[in-house]
Amino acid sequence: MEIKLKVWKQKDAVSEGRLIDYNVNHVSPDMSFLEMFDVLNEELIVKGEEPIAFDHDCREGICGMCSMVINGRPHGPLEGVTTCQLHMRSFKDGDTIVVEPWRAQAFPVLKDLVVNRTAFDRIIAAGGFISVNTGNAQDANNLPIKKEDADDAFMSASCIGCGACVAACKNASAMLFVSAKVSQLAKLPQGQPERYTRVAAMVAQMDKEGFGACTNTGACSAECPKEISLTNIALMNRDYMQAKFLENE
Amino acid sequence: MNWFTQAFSSTIGKKLVMGFTGLFLILFLIVHCGINCLVFLCDDGELFNKAAHFMGTNFFIRAGEIVLFAALIWHVVQSAIVTRTNAKARPVGYAYNKNSSPWYSRSMGLLGTLILMFLIIHLAHFWVQSRFVGLDSIKYQGEHYDDLYVLMMETFSNLWVVIIYFLAMISLSYHLLHGFQSAFQTLGINHKKYTPFIKLLGTIYSILIPLLFAIMPIVLYLKGLGCCQ
Ligand code: SF4
Ligand code: FES
Repeated sequence: MEIKLKVWKQKDAVSEGRLIDYNVNHVSPDMSFLEMFDVLNEELIVKGEEPIAFDHDCREGICGMCSMVINGRPHGPLEGVTTCQLHMRSFKDGDTIVVEPWRAQAFPVLKDLVVNRTAFDRIIAAGGFISVNTGNAQDANNLPIKKEDADDAFMSASCIGCGACVAACKNASAMLFVSAKVSQLAKLPQGQPERYTRVAAMVAQMDKEGFGACTNTGACSAECPKEISLTNIALMNRDYMQAKFLENE
Repeated sequence: MNWFTQAFSSTIGKKLVMGFTGLFLILFLIVHCGINCLVFLCDDGELFNKAAHFMGTNFFIRAGEIVLFAALIWHVVQSAIVTRTNAKARPVGYAYNKNSSPWYSRSMGLLGTLILMFLIIHLAHFWVQSRFVGLDSIKYQGEHYDDLYVLMMETFSNLWVVIIYFLAMISLSYHLLHGFQSAFQTLGINHKKYTPFIKLLGTIYSILIPLLFAIMPIVLYLKGLGCCQ
């Protein structure tokens, strides 16, 4: 296959960037999208040109690093798939593909397609955990949990923190990500003692980072590689109301 | 900041305000539409004028009117604030963007602005006239009533007005199509048992109410041409 690319190139966080055209020949339909970039980068290095910087780590759909907007959609055209699990057979020979970084005030571009997502880390650090202040955590099997709750918590926990929800949202809102973590812990007995402190702290940090407000367009869930549901956001809003109006937060 | 202002200045708090005021306006539209459906009768507006008289003179309704204006203004002001927050959250846009959400749910600000412009015209047509300018009087069973019906007949004898009202109701319909179910979601009401019902109800409401409103000017225009006699 032969693929034409328009890729966002930006030297560093302060420089202006722009879309640059590339041609990639000898693309196998079995390559992943990232492997196609590897091939291109090798060619660029041999030619003495600057390779394209992009984030990646596990390449098996579990770490959430491979952030890029492909033809106007975070993680590309497939549903429920990360960029590293997207294969070139999803494109046609001769296609032109536009690749851009996540766009959000809270995710500044560091270089080319690499953005700084430490805002998510700070939100998690604000409350996305349970405190076990002494000894070991108790054996999880000692705590009876309803099957549906365990399943729901697991669904929420499958969020990989990739940020595609922010990238897809017209408001660059992080509510799907934050609500996934809030719901996961709210559904489990271990999450109860800090339930309302957590939601208040995480929402406050989310706002401080400069993410937008959710207007329920549903783009986040549609583009989420883990298909995290909007019910998480409703639960977060309920818990937030409870935290602010009924609890001491 | 105390806990109260802090709660309402958060991104979730701002949206709660949009949801609560929006739902209140949705309730109001049911009352407004229900009463106005009386213009469909062929009684020269008698029942409609009597109902309008009740609405204009009842203490609770008049007090509700103040709450209504407050909710409307809060809804508009808050939407401007949310829009600004959200625009700031994405200073650089995409060169190529394939949106995966319905166009109207992304255009609530635009649709809302069109509705607001319509509302100004609409209030000037009827509310300002009946409250401040004064209406013709009509006698039913020996009692005097304001003839709001005849004002409607006059207003909608102009085809342009009929067209503007019709277009405004299309905007309203799309605004509600997103707003109705979105308000419930924001207020945390999302459950697999009843969310499908809320969505269905929202769709029916968003089509039915604006449709009834849109037909009114058309019917009155036709009545003016001598139908209904
Ligand atoms: S909610 Fe989905 S899109 Fe958002 S960070 Fe988690 S996995 Fe990524
Ligand atoms: S590289 Fe880890 S999810 Fe894609």
